[in-house]
Amino acid sequence: MDRISQLLNDVSATLSSSYMQYLVGAGKTILLAVIATAVGCIIGLACGILQTIPSEKDDNPVKRAVLFVIRAIIRIYVEVFRGTPMILQAVFIYFGIPYFFGNGARLDITFAAYLVVSINTGAYMAETVRGGILSIDPGQTEGAKAIGMNHFKTMTSVILPQTIRNIIPQIGNNLIINIKDTSVMFIIGYTELFAVHKAIVGAKFIYFPSAVIEMAMYLCMTVICSVLLRFWEKKLDGPQNFDIATTDTLALTSGMNTYIKKNKREDIHR
Amino acid sequence: MSETILEINHLSKFFGKHEVLTDIDFSVDTGDVTSIIGASGSGKSTLLRCINLLETPTSGEIIYRGPNIKKIKGGAPAYRTKVGMVFQSFNLFNNMTVLKNCMVGQTKVLHRSKEEAKKEAMKYLEKVGMAPYINAKPRQLSGGQKQRVAIARALAMNPDILLFDEPTSALDPEMVGEVLNVMRTLAKEGTTMLVVTHEMAFARDVSNKVVYMNGGVILEQGTPEEVFGNPQHKETVDFLARFRN
Ligand SMILES: Nc1ncnc2c1ncn2[C@@H]1O[C@H](COP(=O)(O)OP(=O)(O)O)[C@@H](O)[C@H]1O
Ligand SMILES: [Mg+2]
Repeated sequence: MDRISQLLNDVSATLSSSYMQYLVGAGKTILLAVIATAVGCIIGLACGILQTIPSEKDDNPVKRAVLFVIRAIIRIYVEVFRGTPMILQAVFIYFGIPYFFGNGARLDITFAAYLVVSINTGAYMAETVRGGILSIDPGQTEGAKAIGMNHFKTMTSVILPQTIRNIIPQIGNNLIINIKDTSVMFIIGYTELFAVHKAIVGAKFIYFPSAVIEMAMYLCMTVICSVLLRFWEKKLDGPQNFDIATTDTLALTSGMNTYIKKNKREDIHR
Repeated sequence: MSETILEINHLSKFFGKHEVLTDIDFSVDTGDVTSIIGASGSGKSTLLRCINLLETPTSGEIIYRGPNIKKIKGGAPAYRTKVGMVFQSFNLFNNMTVLKNCMVGQTKVLHRSKEEAKKEAMKYLEKVGMAPYINAKPRQLSGGQKQRVAIARALAMNPDILLFDEPTSALDPEMVGEVLNVMRTLAKEGTTMLVVTHEMAFARDVSNKVVYMNGGVILEQGTPEEVFGNPQHKETVDFLARFRN
């Protein structure tokens, strides 16, 4: 029992002297994780669009060659960045560039961290998006083609919105993994939450109490993210019910744009 | 005055080594309602899919208002805006409301303004009796309702010709009527339609041309009176006999 009260004392002492550092560290962690996950998603979606461009035997050879190269590049990108540790990728980019091009070419630490985590997440997301696209009924693509949509419009208007809805759980996984795994960015000197821990315990003998604080903070961040993602999922699903539009339809056709966005009854009657 | 919109010459289609369509020849004039009948597996869907290039024909040509469709500027997407398609399984966009389903092609492909697209969408949704449902998502509709929206979606693009691939085959029997009624109205209004169907009453009473397919070839074509009243082949007689009882 007194070990626990001792721990609480140590935790509160550590917090009262260093809470700002923890908060800044947590802020840097969450910002890096959220932005890099978002950028990773964009990379993944772009790869998804590029990878699924149909190529047929009677297309011209230049187009087929270009598509082949695009697919090969994406494959290599995915294999390399998914198949190596992110910590080494950070080292390669942060130390590798100056090794070849001199210290002047060294990237900003923060930029390097964002770059590495984004690219790494993108490699995972590319596969996630590809799987997501495959899971959409081919009838959706045919419906879009049949009204004259090209590949890009089919993807952006019809397929990817449905794909995104289906892969939100996977995006959530990536976000949560990133919140935790960005700690490896200490290797290039990026001071996120875990780096704060190292700095603080290096100065004082409070290794375990600081770890308790860190645990609690990581868990808080990940749980909040989970809850927000669930909320987003619900929102994308839209309302369970719909309103029957019973009023005279002339009112509807007279340029009432808001009607499309808000399907409230008041809008119909205006 | 009717002019020829679509002309299919010597079209054939192989899936690998399997020849599914052999030397198909026929043409569609404005205002024609052509029914394509034939046993399951005879290549009816493949023919429709070749016509709007969801499948690439192995050989032969498709002439649309003069030029071969391979030469149409804008390629397959531009051509498809002129040739609408209604599928057996509806293929409505699940992520959009009924209204959005009928607007998205107009705004994204034809670059109409939102107002104009909405007006056009409402016009056709009213015609198919789905105007009250503009806020519903496809999953909230019955099969017959979905198919009527799919017809409105195709019509909103103002195509020159509408292709229907067994539009009532996935429907519960009590919903077949509502979709056929819409199609009857369209036919009366002079919409050019090419309809794959097992509804022999529709083929006989509504269409002015009937094409009977068997094993990947067009075995017989003519007016409903000719094909139903005086079939020339034993296969046709046998096929039609299965629908009479
Ligand atoms: N994508 C495909 N690959 C291989 N064979 C196919 C494909 N689509 C259809 N077929 C074959 O082509 C034949 C005609 O099919 P289909 O056009 O769907 O007939 P129908 O619509 O008249 O029932 C069938 O034997 C079918 O198995
Ligand atoms: Mg079929």
